[in-house]
Amino acid sequence: MSAGFGWLVRMLERITPLLWLLFSAGGTLVAFLFPLHILVTGFAIPLGWVEAPSYESILDLVRHPLTRVYLFLLITLPLIHGAHRLRYTLYDAFKLKHKTVLIASLCYGVAILGTVFASYVLLIAL
Amino acid sequence: MVKEHPAMGLKMTNQASYTEYNPKSYHRPVSIWWWLDSWRYTRFVLRELTSVPVAFVAGILLWQVVSIAEGPAAYASFLDSMRSPLFMALHVIAITGTLFHALTWFHLAPKAMVVRMGGRQVPDSFIILSNYAGWVAASVFVGWFWLVS
Repeated sequence: MSAGFGWLVRMLERITPLLWLLFSAGGTLVAFLFPLHILVTGFAIPLGWVEAPSYESILDLVRHPLTRVYLFLLITLPLIHGAHRLRYTLYDAFKLKHKTVLIASLCYGVAILGTVFASYVLLIAL
Repeated sequence: MVKEHPAMGLKMTNQASYTEYNPKSYHRPVSIWWWLDSWRYTRFVLRELTSVPVAFVAGILLWQVVSIAEGPAAYASFLDSMRSPLFMALHVIAITGTLFHALTWFHLAPKAMVVRMGGRQVPDSFIILSNYAGWVAASVFVGWFWLVS
């Protein structure tokens, strides 16, 4: 399975401390801020508990440089957190350590794609 | 000198090589559902699996920002999608998962980071409580920005 991918495994091992750091940062953001965002976007606005802010006001808010930084961190760090945690869950709980190249590529691949896309949207498209 | 082994297709070379001695101890085969045996293990795996709802919520946030960037019609259709039963159900799972993550995260904080003040270790309960206080403060602050300003 990992034939020919030794360089990938070695690189992952080398950056593992960095990945754990990003995991912690992402986990902290998730813990402090995700419940609120789900409450607002998933329940309060759709169920009419609060009035949805107008498009113009939400556009103004999201275009503010600080909001862009906030949203970038709020999207990308949890993605890396989730990817890293899911990787080890698949190893430990589902005994898939031997599929490390496939699992790491899928998990981090999704996180990297999300990060690139979020950067494009928040820096260029918005 | 390289010769093809007739029976197995292995290369024969004049370089000596040997297989390392790898004694294998006996491992009782463990089912991949081992963590359903005890609630402690199940709770651990469920906590780790909150990574899936977390990725889902990050995707929703990204979708929201994309729809805002695309214009009022796209944003209105994003808000419509959030009213659908499918996303209601997914958000119930998502908030359950992230709340579980948040509580376990706050309660592990004193073990991950030992704080000392005046030469004495700050009690765990103080760190956990200040996490909860920070949680409320952050939620009120961001919620106010998102909905009021």
